[in-house]
Amino acid sequence: MIAYIVQRFLQSVLVMAAVGFVAFSLFAYVGDPITIMLGQDYNETERARLAAQLGLDRPFYVQFFKFAVNAMQGDFGISYRLARPVSAVIRERLPATLELSLVAAILALAVGLPMGVYTGLRRDSWLSRVFLTVSLIGVSLPTFLIGILLILVFAVILGWLPSFGRGQTVMLGWWSTGFLTASGLKALILPSITLCLFQLTLILRLVRSEMLEVLRTDYIKFARARGLRDRAVHFRHALRNTLVPVITIAGLQLGAIIAFAIITETVFQWPGMGLLFIQSVSATDIPVMAAYLCLISFVFVVINFIVDLLYYVVDPRLRIDRGAVGGHG
Amino acid sequence: MSAPATRANRPLLDVRNLHVEFPTRRGRLVAVDDVSFHIDAGEVLGVVGESGAGKSLTGAAIIGLLEPPGRIAGGEVLLDGKRIDNLPAEQLRRIRGRQIGAVFQDPLTSLDPLFTVGQQLTETITTHLDLSESEARNRAIELLREVGIPGAERRIDHYPHQFSGGMRQRVVIALALCAQPRLIIADEPTTALDVSIQAQIITLLKRLCRDHGAAVMLVTHDMGVIAETADRVAVMYAGRIAEIGPVADVIQRPRHPYTVGLMGSIPKLDRAVPRLVQIEGSMPRLNAIPTGCAFNPRCPKVFERCRIERPELFPVGGSAAACWLHATTLAEAARG
Ligand SMILES: Nc1ncnc2c1ncn2[C@@H]1O[C@H](COP(=O)(O)OP(=O)(O)OP(=O)(O)O)[C@@H](O)[C@H]1O
Ligand code: SF4
Ligand SMILES: [Mg+2]
Repeated sequence: MIAYIVQRFLQSVLVMAAVGFVAFSLFAYVGDPITIMLGQDYNETERARLAAQLGLDRPFYVQFFKFAVNAMQGDFGISYRLARPVSAVIRERLPATLELSLVAAILALAVGLPMGVYTGLRRDSWLSRVFLTVSLIGVSLPTFLIGILLILVFAVILGWLPSFGRGQTVMLGWWSTGFLTASGLKALILPSITLCLFQLTLILRLVRSEMLEVLRTDYIKFARARGLRDRAVHFRHALRNTLVPVITIAGLQLGAIIAFAIITETVFQWPGMGLLFIQSVSATDIPVMAAYLCLISFVFVVINFIVDLLYYVVDPRLRIDRGAVGGHG
Repeated sequence: MSAPATRANRPLLDVRNLHVEFPTRRGRLVAVDDVSFHIDAGEVLGVVGESGAGKSLTGAAIIGLLEPPGRIAGGEVLLDGKRIDNLPAEQLRRIRGRQIGAVFQDPLTSLDPLFTVGQQLTETITTHLDLSESEARNRAIELLREVGIPGAERRIDHYPHQFSGGMRQRVVIALALCAQPRLIIADEPTTALDVSIQAQIITLLKRLCRDHGAAVMLVTHDMGVIAETADRVAVMYAGRIAEIGPVADVIQRPRHPYTVGLMGSIPKLDRAVPRLVQIEGSMPRLNAIPTGCAFNPRCPKVFERCRIERPELFPVGGSAAACWLHATTLAEAARG
C-alpha cells in the first residue's frame, strides 16, 4: 500500500514538474515581457536594468528553479494586465470556478450514473430510448450553443433566471460563495447545467456500456443461478463491478469539467478562472496564464491521485496483490 | 424406465417435450427439439454430445436462465410433479439455489471478483434460508471445510483471485450446495480445469451430492467421467436426445449409430483418454438440420426411411434410441 502511494505520488510530482516547465517556457517564448511592460519605446539601458531586476539575465536553469520555488509557494509574480499579484487575482476568481465545477460535477454524477444504470438494466424500455436519444444531442451540440439556447429560453424569453454573472455572493474569509443567497443559487443553475451536460452524457453512456458488459459476465449468470434477488444481482454485484472502470473515467471528467469551464464561463460571463484565462490570453498576461496552467494541472494531478487510491479501495485484486508483495496474503 | 409415465414413483425432475428456440430474422432456430427425460432423487444423469448439441441450453431452460431472445417454445419442466417452466420470475428465482443448484464450466469467472468467498456464500445462504449472518457464516465455513478447502476459517475472508482454479471450483460447488438443493446441474464442471485436478473435483462433486442427497445432471464431454459417475446417460445430437439409458447399457451396448461411434474408441479400463472421439463429418448447424433423422448424413447405417421421417425414441433393451433401426412394430402401432 505504502509503496503504491509513494509510486503514484512520485508520478504526480513528475507530471507537475513537466507542466511547470511548459508554463515557464511561456515566459521565454510567448511575447517579450520587457516589451509588454515598457511598451515599444525604451532604450537599451532601461531594458538591461529591467532584465536584471526580473532576473532575465540569469542562466535559463536558474530562472526555472526560481520560478518553480516561487510557484510552489503560490507566487506567480505580478499580472501584466492588472498590475496586481497573480495569487491575489486567482484567489478572487478560484471560488467562482470551483463552485460552478462542483455543482456541475455533482449534477453529472447524480444524474448520469442512475440514468446509465437504468438504461443498462432496462435497455429496451422506451424511457431508455428517450435517455439515449437526448444524450446523443448532449454530446453532439457544442457547449456554447447549449449555453446560448438556455439563456435564450430561460433568461430572455421566460425571464426566470439571470443570463450572466454570479448573483450576490457572501464572503467566507477570502472565499466568496454564491451558495448562501437566493440570487447566487439562481445564477448557478444555467451555467452548471451547460457545463455538466457533456460529462453527464459521457458518464451515462460509459455506465450503460459497462453495465451491459458486466451483466453478460459469468459471475452475474452464476449469481442469478444462486437464486439471488434481482436487487442484489443488479445493485450489489453488477453495479459494483461497473463502478471499477467508471471511477477512473468519472474522476478524469471531473478535472475536465474545471478545464471546460472556460467556455461556459465565457458564455455566462461567470467571473471565474476560465474567464480570467481568456482575458489574460487576449492581453498576453503571461504570469496569469502560467499560473492558470499550473493550477489546472495541479487539480488534474490531485484528482488522478485520489482516483488511484479509490481504485485501490474498490478493487481487492489490486489491494491484495500489492499486499502479498508486502509479505502477507 | 423407458416409459416415465408408467413409473410408480414421481421423478424429482421431469422434462417433457422441451423445445428451446431463438427467433431470428430468418426464421426460428430450434436449438432444443422435443427433449424428454427425467431424473430421480439422488440419481446422477450424465449428458453427453458434441459441442452445440443443446446440452447447456437444456440446463439453462430448466433453471429459467435462458438468455433472451432464447425461449422455451414448448414442453414442460416439472420439479416434484409441479410445473416450474411457467412460474413467475420471482418464484423461479426462489427455486434456483434452493431446489436446483448450478455449477458452470469456468470457476475462474463464476465468482464475483469484488466480494470475498465468505460474502458470496453468506448472501446465498441468507437469501434462501432463515439464518442470521453469523449462523450463515458458520455454515459457510462448514461448507468450505466440506469441499476440502484447508484453513476454511481464514480462507473464508479471501477474494476469489487468491484461490487456484481447482480451489475456486470447490468454492463454486460449495455455493451450489449451500442451501441444500435437491438437484445440481453441473455444466462441464471440470472442462476449464487442469487435467490433474479434474478427477478430484468430479469425485468431490459426486461424494457431496450423495452426502446431501442431491441428484445431478452432469454435462460433460468426458465419457470416462460418465462411466464412473453417472447412473444413466443421455446422448444428445443436434438438439435432440439420440439415446438414453443406464450407463452400463449405453456404454457396453450402444444402440444408436451415433453412440456406437462415440463409444467406438474408448479403451477398456482406461480413464485418461476417453474424450468424445471425432466422428466423420460434423453436426449440422441449427438452420440446416436435415429432414428425417438429423444424423443421417453421417450415419454408416443410413437407409431410405432415415431421410424422410424423423425417428423418435424407441425402447431397446434397457435404454431407448431415436433410430429407425430400433423401431418396433409395437411402438409404431402405439403411435399410430
Ligand atoms: N443466442 C443464440 N442465438 C442463436 N443460437 C444460439 C444462441 N445460443 C446458443 N445457440 C445455439 O444453440 C445450440 C446449442 O447450444 P448449447 O450451448 O446448448 O450447446 P452445448 O451442447 O452446451 O455445447 P458445448 O458442448 O459447446 O457447451 C448451438 O448450436 C448454438 O449455436
Ligand atoms: S435413423 Fe437412420 S440415419 Fe438415423 S441413426 Fe438410425 S440408421 Fe442412422
Ligand atoms: Mg455447453
